[in-house]
Amino acid sequence: MVSITRLSPEGVLPDELEPEAPRWRQFLPLIIVFGVAVALAISVLVYGNPAPAGSDGFWIIVGTRLTALATIVLVAVCQSVATVLFHTASSNRILTPSILGFDALYVLTQTSLVFVFGSAAAGMEGIPKIIAQSGIMVVFATLLYGWLFSGKRANLHLLLLVGVVLGMGFGSISTFMQRLLTPSEFDILSAKLFGSIGNGNVDYLPYAAAITLLIVAYVWRKRKIYDVVALGHDVSVGLGVHYKREIVTILVLVAVLISVSVTMVGPMTFYGFLVATLAYQFARNDSHSETLPLAIGIGLVTLLGATFVLKHIFSAGGLITVIIEFVGGVLFLIVLLRKGLR
Amino acid sequence: MSLVKDATGQSGQGTPVRKSGRSPVLPTASRVATDAAEATEVSPAPRAKVWPLALATLVVVGLLATSLFVGAYDVTNGELGAEMMWITRVPRTVALLLAGAAMAASGVVMQMLTQNRFVDATTSGTTEWASLGLLLTAIFAPAIGLAGRMAVSSAFAFVGAMTFMVILRRVVIRTTLVVPLIGIMLGAVVSAVTTFLAVQTNLLQMLGTWFMGSFTSVVRGRYEVLWVVAIVTLLVFLLADRITVAGLGKEVATSVGMRYETILIAGTALVAVAAGVTTVVVGFLPFLGLVVPNAVAMIRGDNVRSNLPWVCLGGVALVTVCDLIGRTVRAPFEVPVSMVLGLVGCVVFIAILMRSRYRG
Repeated sequence: MVSITRLSPEGVLPDELEPEAPRWRQFLPLIIVFGVAVALAISVLVYGNPAPAGSDGFWIIVGTRLTALATIVLVAVCQSVATVLFHTASSNRILTPSILGFDALYVLTQTSLVFVFGSAAAGMEGIPKIIAQSGIMVVFATLLYGWLFSGKRANLHLLLLVGVVLGMGFGSISTFMQRLLTPSEFDILSAKLFGSIGNGNVDYLPYAAAITLLIVAYVWRKRKIYDVVALGHDVSVGLGVHYKREIVTILVLVAVLISVSVTMVGPMTFYGFLVATLAYQFARNDSHSETLPLAIGIGLVTLLGATFVLKHIFSAGGLITVIIEFVGGVLFLIVLLRKGLR
Repeated sequence: MSLVKDATGQSGQGTPVRKSGRSPVLPTASRVATDAAEATEVSPAPRAKVWPLALATLVVVGLLATSLFVGAYDVTNGELGAEMMWITRVPRTVALLLAGAAMAASGVVMQMLTQNRFVDATTSGTTEWASLGLLLTAIFAPAIGLAGRMAVSSAFAFVGAMTFMVILRRVVIRTTLVVPLIGIMLGAVVSAVTTFLAVQTNLLQMLGTWFMGSFTSVVRGRYEVLWVVAIVTLLVFLLADRITVAGLGKEVATSVGMRYETILIAGTALVAVAAGVTTVVVGFLPFLGLVVPNAVAMIRGDNVRSNLPWVCLGGVALVTVCDLIGRTVRAPFEVPVSMVLGLVGCVVFIAILMRSRYRG
């Protein structure tokens, strides 16, 4: 066996490992992707730092950027894992949680909480509140999307269209309610909902990271089961997988991941789609042990790369999500048109 | 007018052509609705048909009158009231009338031309193109004036609608549902570009205010250009039969001796002008052109020409009701009509979708 540590870029010893070469070679895409990600992460941290390297000021700036970096990493992981899981649950690769209005739903839940309970709810902090909010969101999402997927005649395009329009509707209702809020309530709410990569919600960061890590670990343990789930209801049941329970679990996990991501940077419709579609292109097979890490890696590269290029080359840091929306939207159209052609 | 007679006259020999051109367009829902409406629809008493329409007109007039008297300022109060009436209330009500009728009518046109009942300015990305045009005028020609803005905006809407139609033609198998999806996604991509430009030029906030469909800023001196869409609506009425025939598909339309491409472009241009002008003056009116024609078709069947007055009335009624809700729900302030409309439209749209789902 070749241990992973020996495969790190500085420790590659291909000659000794001649017979086992294919073993590390199969990790090559992953190594490249994560290598690029790490390089980009370091660049984001260090590049264009006005203070001289090594000085106190230098490290202070790096420290501030570290928060932004952590936000990016979290969002990338959440979106990639959520999308791949969602594809598994829905047994197709066009739907993504965001296109179906998952994050609009999150915004709606948050807004209605403030709307119903006033600034008391908005001002409240702490873990119980996060759990309560996520709970509502999760229940709602599970009911809604569980219902959408369970239809006997569930038609892919109908699902998509309903999801897209629902997302638009959620957006309308949220904005509508936000208009009815008092200015102070609105301020508190909007500070919550629309963070951006520049000023991630630092207070949430540790919780968000912990939750995400737990979920990723859980998903990784269940990856083989999810391979079966991806084959659809009948096959799963035939192979002894409790299909319905797994689907519900997946939807719950997706809801949590999306809510983490939306809290950090706000809604991003096409990012997950972009990442997952690229990941499937590079993966050698459809098993989750292949697609999940690749998706995470590509998610990191995309978001870090966009951040780096926009922030340091075009000095337009606020536009990252817009650019990704554009690229992802175009890709989505292409995929959709191709599927329509077939 | 004679065109439709030709079409029906030929349908004796050409029934299969007509059927194949038409039936994929219309889900069974509409056919059932036609059956239900047959009694009033087919019975040849033309005078009997006038009454419901007159009644509906009366209702809409009532709504418009209500709109005149609802608002923060008491217009029944003396001389100043009368002045305010002419400064804001009358222009606003006229704008509701014009925009509602035009957007609903152009919804019908789009649905005929794309042979798909889920298409309108919202679900084809046309409005997003119009707002891109609007933004570009603000960036490159801020002094161009209202007419220029509308021209550019309409031109962009035209490009957008044409792009949409070209893409649709390239898709060989277009299921009914994939068509609006493509449109919505196209709109999302275009609006990402618009947002990008707006952020770059510091116009994001301004764009938000423009784009948020609202009749708040419609006052004397700022709405008159909206009369352009009255012409659009009129032209839609005049071209109704031709557009209906074009809706049967290129083969049928050509075989009855119609210049299909001309009608297609003319229809698209009408829609574009309606979308462009409305976007500049009022903003985004989501789902209006989708919900009203579908509701009318469900009740009355698919006779486009006789439906058109109903569609226009329905459009006016819906916009007016939504605007009234927006004005009263948070009394001294206003909720933009686009939000109310978005909410209502989304619910109705999904109801229509689900209806078609359960009918198979």
